Amino acid sequence: MSVARHWRETPGRYNLIGVKCGNCGKVFFPKRTLCPECRRSSMGKMNAYKLKAEGTVFTYSIIHDAPAENNSIKPYAVAMILTDDDVLITGQLVDVELEKVEIGMPVRAVLRKMSEDGETGVINYGYKFAPKN
Amino acid sequence: MDVGIVSYGSYVPRYRITPAEIGRIWGIDGTAMGKGLFINMKSVPSPDEDVITIATEAARNMMSRCSVDPQEIGAIYVGSESHPYAVKPSGTIVAEAICATPNLTVADLEFACKAGTAGIQICMGLVGSKMIEYGVAIGADTSQGAPGDALEYSASAGGAAYLIGSKDIIAKINRTLSYTTDTPDFWRREGSPYPKHGGRFTGEPAYFKHIGSAARMMLSEMNTEPSDYNYAVFHQPNGKFPMRMAKELGFSDEQVNDGLLTPHIGNTYSGAVPLGLAAVLDVSKPGDRIFAVAYGSGAGSDAFDITVTDNMKKYKRSAAPTVAERLKDTIHLDYGRYAKFKGKIVMG
Repeated sequence: MSVARHWRETPGRYNLIGVKCGNCGKVFFPKRTLCPECRRSSMGKMNAYKLKAEGTVFTYSIIHDAPAENNSIKPYAVAMILTDDDVLITGQLVDVELEKVEIGMPVRAVLRKMSEDGETGVINYGYKFAPKN
Repeated sequence: MDVGIVSYGSYVPRYRITPAEIGRIWGIDGTAMGKGLFINMKSVPSPDEDVITIATEAARNMMSRCSVDPQEIGAIYVGSESHPYAVKPSGTIVAEAICATPNLTVADLEFACKAGTAGIQICMGLVGSKMIEYGVAIGADTSQGAPGDALEYSASAGGAAYLIGSKDIIAKINRTLSYTTDTPDFWRREGSPYPKHGGRFTGEPAYFKHIGSAARMMLSEMNTEPSDYNYAVFHQPNGKFPMRMAKELGFSDEQVNDGLLTPHIGNTYSGAVPLGLAAVLDVSKPGDRIFAVAYGSGAGSDAFDITVTDNMKKYKRSAAPTVAERLKDTIHLDYGRYAKFKGKIVMG
């Protein structure tokens, strides 16, 4: 991913900022420009909305065959998280023993390294989820 | 105008390794090494953690404990000797991650293990001169120790963040002062992955001279005795140095114990005194007086005389985990996994 593209997405990646439809009140993450329900009536009404950084594991999968850039962390868990404001987000689970991952487990969003563009390139940061203490 | 701590937050990675496990690989009695250093285990950052993520976590914990609008923060300083970038500030990412951008000044600091407390001093100046309303000072490190070197038994990771201001302060900083000389006891050259040190030279002419001098200056200027303080926090490259320093100055073990974290998490470098102070603030009550002295190789010491205020009673300390809570829930690593986590295995 280019530096500029990642930079454009930092509000969502750092702070879980999505949008809320000013017409029907539905929240979307990542952000989108139109509400798929309200369509034209949502134009200009998709307002920035910061999701709650806490939630629970809705479902999960253990990744054993990972992309090359994630070789050093495999196996790892990727989960769908239901945030406390009822939005589903997909993210990696960190700081957890895989045998202890379970549906319904309370988690919180943390900022972690997502990827590095080689040894000299930019480091990309974003949200992952850790067990809630 | 009183200037002090409005809020604080801490963070220590969840992973640990013991000196015995490290010694097992290098043919050294790691248990004896741990006893010698008074280190039972050390924290290890996850492969996706670095100074930026640790500083962010500490800063978010700090903000969750107070009701200050992040847009009122006028400065952020991140002190570390393991910033992920040589050029590109850690602080801008932290600022963005706590929604403090864009109207603030940000800079990364480095002064070996005392860059975090240097940040506190800078924020005190900016707040005291009314240039800013609030300043954030963070000390964090993912410190480096070459495989097999004595430092590998202690170099760990962690950090703490301090919101410095003049309104609703939970702890007033009565006085700060520093003692600084050019003493090359420990260094890391640009581009070198691991630091070098002067062995025993890191003791008497470095750690003990600088901390001792700053501490005695503070006691003299404040006209106080060690017994006037409830707690004392000294830089803690291992568990033994701060205990000996405390004894030499006249502080008791009881005054030091709450802020002595090295036996549990190792040497967090720039995070050491900020974390030790956070552990003390976690248990302190109004009226408690705290004596804190940081040390950075190269070399210098920053001393602080702090009094906890009545605002601590209504402070939302429980809104974020305490240092003691961070020490409980750990995952232990064997050396192989530790080497992978720390990037010590070079893939061809």
